Amino acid sequence: MKDRIFRLALFIAALTILLLTAGIIYALVSRSLDTFAEYGIWGFIANPEWDPRSATEEYGALSFIMGTLYTAFFALFICIPFSLSVALFNGEYFKGTKISSAVSSVVDLLAGIPSIVYGLWGFYSVRPIVIELGVNAQGFGIFLSSIVLAIMIIPYASSLSAEFISMVPNRMKEGAYSLGATRMEVIQRISLPTAASGIVASYILALGRALGETMAVTMLIGNTDRIPRGLRDTGNTMASVIANQFGEADGLKLSALIAIGLLLFIITAIINLIAKLAMKKLSAV
Amino acid sequence: MNPILELKEVSVSYTPGKNAVDKVTTEIYPNTITAIMGPSGCGKSTLLRAINRMHDLYPHIKTTGEILLKDKNVLEMDAMKVRRLVGMVFQQPNPFPTMSIYDNVLAGYTLNGIRLKKREKDEIVQHSLKSVALWEEVKDVMTKRGSFLSGGQQQRLCIARTLALKPEVLLMDEPTSALDPISTNKIEELLLELKKEFTIIVVTHNMSQAARISDNSMFMYLGELIEHGNTTQMFTKPKNKRTEEYLTGVFG
Repeated sequence: MKDRIFRLALFIAALTILLLTAGIIYALVSRSLDTFAEYGIWGFIANPEWDPRSATEEYGALSFIMGTLYTAFFALFICIPFSLSVALFNGEYFKGTKISSAVSSVVDLLAGIPSIVYGLWGFYSVRPIVIELGVNAQGFGIFLSSIVLAIMIIPYASSLSAEFISMVPNRMKEGAYSLGATRMEVIQRISLPTAASGIVASYILALGRALGETMAVTMLIGNTDRIPRGLRDTGNTMASVIANQFGEADGLKLSALIAIGLLLFIITAIINLIAKLAMKKLSAV
Repeated sequence: MNPILELKEVSVSYTPGKNAVDKVTTEIYPNTITAIMGPSGCGKSTLLRAINRMHDLYPHIKTTGEILLKDKNVLEMDAMKVRRLVGMVFQQPNPFPTMSIYDNVLAGYTLNGIRLKKREKDEIVQHSLKSVALWEEVKDVMTKRGSFLSGGQQQRLCIARTLALKPEVLLMDEPTSALDPISTNKIEELLLELKKEFTIIVVTHNMSQAARISDNSMFMYLGELIEHGNTTQMFTKPKNKRTEEYLTGVFG
């Protein structure tokens, strides 16, 4: 009897989560419908115009999709050398030592810093450096956002990659050492290739976080509603345009912002799915 | 005949002051198979792994004494070079899962950054696989992953990978304990064939295996080398009481 009640409770809890998710999706979809009815799904996605003036009102998502891709991929690019070093440090060179657990706790601490704090730090500490470097006059933009974003996603990429690197069976590595390989050669030719799909999966997950990251980017990207003309330019990501503009939006504009939210949700879900598939492939080896 | 390998007071310790292998002194002659026997934890694998400097991978393990390979102390040579001269086959077959069968055989060369011409590569692969009697079975599936083979085939692939580097001595750490009887039998036949070219030291739990394939046997107990001699003689007339007890199954 007790067992039955417990099972029922678990079932209800699980069902509630499913219903909640379905509810969120329903709310996003139903409020986006006006936009899609006005422009068509593809017409909305492919249109770079975002003009909220009431006389010439027109909404397209392309500028923000491009802004998101620019910042997320550039952040990923900056993050790779750092997170891979940390992953090798913790998963291979200093695996299981005190210094490794110290480094990984500090890196995990990075993951715990609230986004708004990163935003403040980026605004007051990194932006002057970006101006000093002569990237652009105000400092705001894709470049500044990506740097801060890269630091924010390092813990996600590195701790998971370290996990996969440390999972490479010792007998594989000893096999390579017994053939006269140096540590560098073992890492290059055995550890990294064996852990490759796991490492790729952890970078895809990090990319997923970069795509959706909102607060810090909103504070740093410069809030410009057009396709960025390069890394030095200002722009808006899908997340930052919503955060910047939802307060004063109504009617079609609000619907367009919610439609952007829906697109972001779908993109992130697909990215996470790809990462999961990549990891599944690894555990089959 | 001169010994190919001389061990002089070789000790290995995992924790300071406690020897897992204690002052082992002995000689190994070329083109022989030497079996190292003894109960679990007697130090036989530890001794074997000292010979190709595998203990260097774990800084807390200390090896002392002298291990002379053709009169050169391997403990003072470059460890990478030692490992190319002294090959090792492990208990669990460990072909590299990301490499094809072909690349697995050549792994010793690619890992060491040695570049070969296509013709040389083909020759080494064919010769090595033939000498482990695997060529006929895999010649049409060269591009498949090494992990695609059966356990016994994987182990022969690992032996081929080691032989490809033309080592002086071949160390084998219970090479058949993870295999079925038929594969075990094939590996044993293979070892008898290989001793014409190589010197083989094999750690084994299996006394009848030692009796079947080895020329000389070593019996270790609690880190010490108790007895080392001709296999037939040791199995029929052991000199030490402990050896006799082990061989007759009193303990072990």
